[in-house]
Amino acid sequence: MRSSEIFVPAVITFILLAGVVKRVDIAQEFMLGARESLLTVFEILPSLILIMTAVGMFSASGAVEIIADTLSPLTSFLGFPRECISLAVIRPFSGSGALCVLEDTLSKVPPDSFAGRVASVIMGSTETTFYTISVYFAAIKQKAYPAVFAGACFADMCGFVLSAAAVRVFF
Amino acid sequence: MIGIIAAALCAVSVFSSISLSNTAQLSDAAISSCSDALQLALYLAGTMALWGGLMRVAEKAGITRIFERLLSPITKRLFKHCDEKTLQNISMNITANMLGIANAATPLGIAAVKGMAKNRSRYTARSIAMLTVLNTASIQLIPTTVGALRAKYGAAEPFDVTLPIIAVSLISAVCGCIVVYAVSMTNLKGKKNEIK
Repeated sequence: MRSSEIFVPAVITFILLAGVVKRVDIAQEFMLGARESLLTVFEILPSLILIMTAVGMFSASGAVEIIADTLSPLTSFLGFPRECISLAVIRPFSGSGALCVLEDTLSKVPPDSFAGRVASVIMGSTETTFYTISVYFAAIKQKAYPAVFAGACFADMCGFVLSAAAVRVFF
Repeated sequence: MIGIIAAALCAVSVFSSISLSNTAQLSDAAISSCSDALQLALYLAGTMALWGGLMRVAEKAGITRIFERLLSPITKRLFKHCDEKTLQNISMNITANMLGIANAATPLGIAAVKGMAKNRSRYTARSIAMLTVLNTASIQLIPTTVGALRAKYGAAEPFDVTLPIIAVSLISAVCGCIVVYAVSMTNLKGKKNEIK
Protein backbone atom coordinates (compact mmCIF):
# COMPACT_ATOMS: atom_id res chain seq x y z
CA MET A 1 0.00 0.00 0.00
CA ARG A 2 1.33 3.43 -0.93
CA SER A 3 0.38 6.39 1.20
CA SER A 4 -0.89 8.26 -1.86
CA GLU A 5 -3.46 5.53 -2.51
CA ILE A 6 -5.20 5.94 0.84
CA PHE A 7 -5.00 9.75 0.77
CA VAL A 8 -8.23 10.65 -1.07
CA PRO A 9 -10.46 8.17 0.82
CA ALA A 10 -8.89 9.42 4.06
CA VAL A 11 -9.71 13.05 3.22
CA ILE A 12 -13.33 12.14 2.36
CA THR A 13 -13.72 10.19 5.61
CA PHE A 14 -12.07 12.94 7.66
CA ILE A 15 -14.45 15.60 6.29
CA LEU A 16 -17.54 13.47 6.93
CA LEU A 17 -16.37 12.54 10.46
CA ALA A 18 -15.67 16.21 11.21
CA GLY A 19 -19.24 16.90 10.07
CA VAL A 20 -20.57 14.25 12.47
CA VAL A 21 -18.54 15.66 15.37
CA LYS A 22 -19.67 19.25 14.68
CA ARG A 23 -23.31 18.07 14.31
CA VAL A 24 -23.63 19.25 10.71
CA ASP A 25 -26.74 18.07 8.81
CA ILE A 26 -24.43 16.16 6.44
CA ALA A 27 -26.98 14.82 3.94
CA GLN A 28 -28.66 18.21 3.53
CA GLU A 29 -25.42 20.23 3.21
CA PHE A 30 -23.82 17.67 0.90
CA MET A 31 -26.85 17.78 -1.37
CA LEU A 32 -26.78 21.59 -1.58
CA GLY A 33 -23.05 21.68 -2.38
CA ALA A 34 -23.25 18.85 -4.92
CA ARG A 35 -26.26 20.48 -6.59
CA GLU A 36 -24.35 23.72 -7.03
CA SER A 37 -21.39 21.87 -8.62
CA LEU A 38 -23.69 20.01 -11.02
CA LEU A 39 -25.24 23.29 -12.15
CA THR A 40 -21.72 24.69 -12.69
CA VAL A 41 -20.76 21.74 -14.91
CA PHE A 42 -23.91 22.32 -16.94
CA GLU A 43 -23.02 26.01 -17.29
CA ILE A 44 -19.47 25.39 -18.52
CA LEU A 45 -20.42 22.60 -20.95
CA PRO A 46 -21.05 24.79 -24.05
CA SER A 47 -17.65 26.41 -23.62
CA LEU A 48 -16.03 22.99 -23.11
CA ILE A 49 -17.47 21.75 -26.41
CA LEU A 50 -16.00 24.69 -28.33
CA ILE A 51 -12.52 24.51 -26.81
CA MET A 52 -12.30 20.70 -26.87
CA THR A 53 -13.36 20.44 -30.51
CA ALA A 54 -10.66 22.95 -31.48
CA VAL A 55 -8.05 21.21 -29.31
CA GLY A 56 -9.06 17.77 -30.62
CA MET A 57 -8.56 18.95 -34.20
CA PHE A 58 -5.24 20.54 -33.24
CA SER A 59 -3.93 17.30 -31.65
CA ALA A 60 -5.03 15.09 -34.55
CA SER A 61 -3.81 17.36 -37.37
CA GLY A 62 -0.10 16.87 -36.79
CA ALA A 63 0.29 20.62 -36.30
CA VAL A 64 2.22 19.96 -33.07
CA GLU A 65 5.05 18.25 -34.97
CA ILE A 66 5.17 20.98 -37.63
CA ILE A 67 5.40 23.68 -34.93
CA ALA A 68 8.04 21.64 -33.06
CA ASP A 69 10.13 21.33 -36.24
CA THR A 70 9.85 25.05 -36.91
CA LEU A 71 10.86 25.95 -33.36
CA SER A 72 13.76 23.50 -33.02
CA PRO A 73 16.55 25.86 -34.25
CA LEU A 74 15.47 28.48 -31.70
CA THR A 75 15.12 26.02 -28.80
CA SER A 76 18.42 24.25 -29.47
CA PHE A 77 20.01 27.71 -29.29
CA LEU A 78 18.36 28.19 -25.87
CA GLY A 79 19.48 24.73 -24.67
CA PHE A 80 15.96 23.31 -24.56
CA PRO A 81 15.83 19.59 -25.55
CA ARG A 82 14.28 18.85 -28.95
CA GLU A 83 12.30 15.90 -27.48
CA CYS A 84 10.33 18.23 -25.19
CA ILE A 85 9.07 20.80 -27.71
CA SER A 86 5.96 18.80 -28.66
CA LEU A 87 5.07 18.50 -24.98
CA ALA A 88 5.48 22.25 -24.45
CA VAL A 89 3.32 23.00 -27.52
CA ILE A 90 0.41 20.74 -26.53
CA ARG A 91 0.58 21.28 -22.72
CA PRO A 92 -1.39 24.56 -22.48
CA PHE A 93 -4.24 23.14 -24.58
CA SER A 94 -4.79 19.52 -23.62
CA GLY A 95 -3.99 17.62 -20.41
CA SER A 96 -4.72 14.16 -21.83
CA GLY A 97 -2.80 15.04 -25.02
CA ALA A 98 0.19 16.16 -22.96
CA LEU A 99 0.06 12.95 -20.93
CA CYS A 100 0.22 10.90 -24.16
CA VAL A 101 3.18 12.94 -25.40
CA LEU A 102 4.99 12.54 -22.03
CA GLU A 103 4.41 8.78 -22.09
CA ASP A 104 5.72 8.66 -25.66
CA THR A 105 8.79 10.72 -24.71
CA LEU A 106 9.60 8.58 -21.65
CA SER A 107 9.32 5.40 -23.72
CA LYS A 108 11.84 6.77 -26.25
CA VAL A 109 14.38 8.47 -23.97
CA PRO A 110 15.32 7.19 -20.47
CA PRO A 111 13.36 8.93 -17.67
CA ASP A 112 16.65 9.78 -15.93
CA SER A 113 18.18 11.45 -19.00
CA PHE A 114 18.24 15.23 -19.36
CA ALA A 115 15.31 15.28 -21.84
CA GLY A 116 13.33 12.77 -19.78
CA ARG A 117 13.70 14.85 -16.64
CA VAL A 118 12.87 18.13 -18.42
CA ALA A 119 9.71 16.54 -19.85
CA SER A 120 8.70 15.36 -16.37
CA VAL A 121 9.27 18.79 -14.85
CA ILE A 122 7.27 20.51 -17.64
CA MET A 123 4.35 18.14 -17.10
CA GLY A 124 4.39 18.63 -13.34
CA SER A 125 4.90 22.37 -13.18
CA THR A 126 2.43 23.64 -15.81
CA GLU A 127 -1.30 23.25 -16.37
CA THR A 128 -3.80 23.11 -19.23
CA THR A 129 -3.90 26.88 -19.27
CA PHE A 130 -6.53 27.59 -21.93
CA TYR A 131 -8.87 24.93 -20.62
CA THR A 132 -8.66 26.40 -17.10
CA ILE A 133 -9.23 29.95 -18.34
CA SER A 134 -12.24 28.95 -20.45
CA VAL A 135 -13.82 27.00 -17.56
CA TYR A 136 -13.42 29.83 -15.04
CA PHE A 137 -14.69 32.54 -17.34
CA ALA A 138 -17.56 30.38 -18.65
CA ALA A 139 -18.66 29.92 -15.02
CA ILE A 140 -18.92 33.69 -14.39
CA LYS A 141 -20.25 34.34 -17.92
CA GLN A 142 -17.61 36.98 -18.64
CA LYS A 143 -15.12 37.48 -21.42
CA ALA A 144 -11.58 36.62 -20.41
CA TYR A 145 -9.57 39.87 -20.55
CA PRO A 146 -5.96 40.39 -21.71
CA ALA A 147 -4.48 40.50 -18.18
CA VAL A 148 -5.46 36.85 -17.66
CA PHE A 149 -3.89 35.67 -20.91
CA ALA A 150 -0.78 37.80 -20.41
CA GLY A 151 -0.23 36.43 -16.89
CA ALA A 152 -1.03 32.80 -17.72
CA CYS A 153 0.99 32.69 -20.95
CA PHE A 154 3.97 34.38 -19.29
CA ALA A 155 3.78 31.87 -16.43
CA ASP A 156 3.76 29.04 -19.00
CA MET A 157 6.76 30.41 -20.88
CA CYS A 158 8.64 30.78 -17.59
CA GLY A 159 7.66 27.21 -16.74
CA PHE A 160 9.11 25.82 -19.99
CA VAL A 161 12.35 27.80 -19.88
CA LEU A 162 12.88 27.23 -16.15
CA SER A 163 12.21 23.47 -16.46
CA ALA A 164 15.36 23.06 -18.53
CA ALA A 165 17.28 25.39 -16.22
CA ALA A 166 16.04 23.64 -13.05
CA VAL A 167 17.07 20.19 -14.29
CA ARG A 168 20.56 21.58 -14.97
CA VAL A 169 20.73 23.09 -11.47
CA PHE A 170 19.28 20.16 -9.49
CA PHE A 171 21.01 17.21 -11.23
CA MET B 1 -10.41 35.75 -26.75
CA ILE B 2 -11.21 32.05 -26.19
CA GLY B 3 -13.21 32.23 -29.43
CA ILE B 4 -10.22 33.68 -31.31
CA ILE B 5 -7.94 30.97 -29.90
CA ALA B 6 -10.41 28.25 -30.96
CA ALA B 7 -10.61 29.73 -34.47
CA ALA B 8 -6.82 30.00 -34.71
CA LEU B 9 -6.37 26.39 -33.56
CA CYS B 10 -8.85 25.19 -36.20
CA ALA B 11 -7.14 27.20 -38.94
CA VAL B 12 -3.69 25.86 -38.00
CA SER B 13 -5.10 22.32 -37.86
CA VAL B 14 -6.71 22.50 -41.30
CA PHE B 15 -3.54 23.98 -42.79
CA SER B 16 -1.26 21.33 -41.23
CA SER B 17 -3.50 18.39 -42.04
CA ILE B 18 -3.68 19.45 -45.70
CA SER B 19 0.10 19.77 -45.89
CA LEU B 20 0.56 16.38 -44.13
CA SER B 21 -2.41 14.93 -46.08
CA ASN B 22 -4.16 13.39 -43.07
CA THR B 23 -7.48 15.17 -43.53
CA ALA B 24 -9.48 12.00 -42.76
CA GLN B 25 -8.06 11.94 -39.20
CA LEU B 26 -8.83 15.63 -38.78
CA SER B 27 -12.43 15.13 -39.83
CA ASP B 28 -12.83 12.21 -37.40
CA ALA B 29 -11.26 14.25 -34.60
CA ALA B 30 -13.59 17.20 -35.19
CA ILE B 31 -16.69 15.03 -34.81
CA SER B 32 -15.44 12.82 -31.98
CA SER B 33 -13.99 15.56 -29.77
CA CYS B 34 -17.31 17.36 -29.28
CA SER B 35 -18.69 14.08 -27.91
CA ASP B 36 -15.52 13.72 -25.84
CA ALA B 37 -16.35 17.10 -24.30
CA LEU B 38 -19.72 15.75 -23.17
CA GLN B 39 -18.06 12.63 -21.75
CA LEU B 40 -15.55 14.77 -19.90
CA ALA B 41 -18.40 16.89 -18.52
CA LEU B 42 -20.19 13.75 -17.28
CA TYR B 43 -16.99 12.56 -15.60
CA LEU B 44 -16.42 16.03 -14.14
CA ALA B 45 -20.04 16.15 -12.96
CA GLY B 46 -19.50 13.11 -10.73
CA THR B 47 -16.25 14.15 -9.08
CA MET B 48 -17.10 17.84 -8.90
CA ALA B 49 -20.45 17.09 -7.26
CA LEU B 50 -18.74 14.81 -4.74
CA TRP B 51 -16.16 17.43 -3.79
CA GLY B 52 -18.66 20.28 -3.97
CA GLY B 53 -20.83 18.44 -1.45
CA LEU B 54 -17.91 17.46 0.78
CA MET B 55 -16.54 21.00 0.80
CA ARG B 56 -19.88 22.37 1.94
CA VAL B 57 -19.85 19.87 4.82
CA ALA B 58 -16.23 20.91 5.55
CA GLU B 59 -17.28 24.55 5.54
CA LYS B 60 -20.13 23.94 8.02
CA ALA B 61 -17.80 21.88 10.21
CA GLY B 62 -15.37 24.83 10.39
CA ILE B 63 -12.50 23.06 8.58
CA THR B 64 -12.27 25.61 5.76
CA ARG B 65 -11.90 28.47 8.27
CA ILE B 66 -8.70 26.87 9.62
CA PHE B 67 -7.12 26.81 6.13
CA GLU B 68 -8.33 30.34 5.47
CA ARG B 69 -6.51 31.57 8.61
CA LEU B 70 -3.37 29.62 7.70
CA LEU B 71 -3.17 31.11 4.21
CA SER B 72 -4.55 34.56 5.03
CA PRO B 73 -1.10 36.26 5.11
CA ILE B 74 -0.85 35.47 1.37
CA THR B 75 -4.49 35.59 0.26
CA LYS B 76 -5.31 38.90 2.01
CA ARG B 77 -2.50 40.59 0.05
CA LEU B 78 -3.16 39.00 -3.33
CA PHE B 79 -6.95 39.26 -3.20
CA LYS B 80 -8.13 42.62 -1.91
CA HIS B 81 -11.73 43.42 -0.91
CA CYS B 82 -12.95 39.83 -0.93
CA ASP B 83 -15.56 38.67 1.57
CA GLU B 84 -14.87 35.94 4.16
CA LYS B 85 -16.63 33.20 2.16
CA THR B 86 -14.63 33.95 -1.00
CA LEU B 87 -11.34 33.99 0.92
CA GLN B 88 -12.23 30.56 2.36
CA ASN B 89 -12.92 29.23 -1.14
CA ILE B 90 -9.62 30.66 -2.40
CA SER B 91 -7.68 29.06 0.47
CA MET B 92 -9.35 25.69 -0.04
CA ASN B 93 -8.71 25.94 -3.80
CA ILE B 94 -4.99 26.54 -3.19
CA THR B 95 -4.89 23.73 -0.59
CA ALA B 96 -6.64 21.24 -2.91
CA ASN B 97 -4.23 22.15 -5.72
CA MET B 98 -1.23 21.61 -3.44
CA LEU B 99 -2.57 18.22 -2.37
CA GLY B 100 -3.14 17.28 -6.00
CA ILE B 101 -6.95 16.86 -5.78
CA ALA B 102 -7.69 18.79 -8.98
CA ASN B 103 -11.33 17.73 -9.05
CA ALA B 104 -11.84 19.31 -5.65
CA ALA B 105 -9.90 22.43 -6.63
CA THR B 106 -12.04 23.23 -9.68
CA PRO B 107 -15.46 23.68 -7.96
CA LEU B 108 -13.77 25.68 -5.18
CA GLY B 109 -12.01 27.94 -7.66
CA ILE B 110 -15.24 28.45 -9.58
CA ALA B 111 -17.12 29.26 -6.36
CA ALA B 112 -14.39 31.78 -5.52
CA VAL B 113 -14.49 33.59 -8.89
CA LYS B 114 -18.30 33.61 -8.74
CA GLY B 115 -18.08 35.24 -5.31
CA MET B 116 -15.64 37.84 -6.64
CA ALA B 117 -17.79 38.58 -9.69
CA LYS B 118 -20.87 39.13 -7.51
CA ASN B 119 -19.17 41.48 -5.05
CA ARG B 120 -17.70 44.03 -7.45
CA SER B 121 -14.88 46.35 -6.45
CA ARG B 122 -11.97 48.08 -8.19
CA TYR B 123 -9.86 44.98 -7.62
CA THR B 124 -12.37 42.39 -8.89
CA ALA B 125 -10.86 41.95 -12.35
CA ARG B 126 -7.38 41.68 -10.88
CA SER B 127 -8.41 39.13 -8.24
CA ILE B 128 -10.16 36.91 -10.80
CA ALA B 129 -7.12 37.06 -13.09
CA MET B 130 -4.79 36.31 -10.15
CA LEU B 131 -6.72 33.21 -9.08
CA THR B 132 -6.93 31.94 -12.67
CA VAL B 133 -3.16 32.37 -13.10
CA LEU B 134 -2.49 30.61 -9.78
CA ASN B 135 -4.62 27.72 -11.01
CA THR B 136 -2.79 27.53 -14.33
CA ALA B 137 0.59 27.30 -12.58
CA SER B 138 -0.17 23.92 -10.96
CA ILE B 139 1.42 24.25 -7.53
CA GLN B 140 1.46 20.67 -6.26
CA LEU B 141 3.43 19.17 -3.37
CA ILE B 142 3.64 15.59 -4.74
CA PRO B 143 3.49 15.14 -8.54
CA THR B 144 1.68 11.78 -8.44
CA THR B 145 0.85 11.40 -12.16
CA VAL B 146 4.36 12.28 -13.33
CA GLY B 147 5.92 10.06 -10.66
CA ALA B 148 3.77 7.08 -11.67
CA LEU B 149 4.71 7.46 -15.36
CA ARG B 150 8.41 7.80 -14.53
CA ALA B 151 8.23 4.65 -12.39
CA LYS B 152 6.52 2.79 -15.25
CA TYR B 153 9.43 3.58 -17.61
CA GLY B 154 12.10 2.58 -15.12
CA ALA B 155 13.29 5.78 -13.41
CA ALA B 156 15.71 4.99 -10.58
CA GLU B 157 13.95 7.42 -8.26
CA PRO B 158 10.62 8.42 -9.89
CA PHE B 159 10.01 11.32 -7.47
CA ASP B 160 13.48 12.89 -7.69
CA VAL B 161 11.93 15.59 -9.93
CA THR B 162 9.63 16.78 -7.11
CA LEU B 163 11.85 19.64 -5.91
CA PRO B 164 12.52 21.08 -9.39
CA ILE B 165 8.78 20.84 -10.16
CA ILE B 166 7.83 22.77 -7.01
CA ALA B 167 10.56 25.35 -7.63
CA VAL B 168 9.55 25.89 -11.27
CA SER B 169 5.81 26.11 -10.55
CA LEU B 170 6.36 28.55 -7.65
CA ILE B 171 8.62 30.84 -9.69
CA SER B 172 6.35 30.76 -12.74
CA ALA B 173 3.28 31.45 -10.56
CA VAL B 174 5.05 34.48 -9.07
CA CYS B 175 6.04 35.66 -12.59
CA GLY B 176 2.44 35.26 -13.77
CA CYS B 177 1.09 37.19 -10.77
CA ILE B 178 3.58 40.02 -11.37
CA VAL B 179 2.36 40.32 -14.98
CA VAL B 180 -1.29 40.36 -13.84
CA TYR B 181 -0.38 43.00 -11.24
CA ALA B 182 1.45 45.15 -13.79
CA VAL B 183 -1.27 44.92 -16.47
CA SER B 184 -4.09 45.64 -14.02
CA MET B 185 -2.11 48.53 -12.44
CA THR B 186 -2.07 50.34 -15.77
CA ASN B 187 -5.78 49.54 -16.17
CA LEU B 188 -6.59 50.87 -12.70
CA LYS B 189 -4.73 54.10 -13.41
CA GLY B 190 -6.57 54.44 -16.71
CA LYS B 191 -9.93 54.03 -14.98
CA LYS B 192 -9.09 56.62 -12.34
CA ASN B 193 -8.35 59.21 -15.03
CA GLU B 194 -11.64 58.43 -16.78
CA ILE B 195 -13.61 59.12 -13.61
CA LYS B 196 -11.88 62.45 -13.09
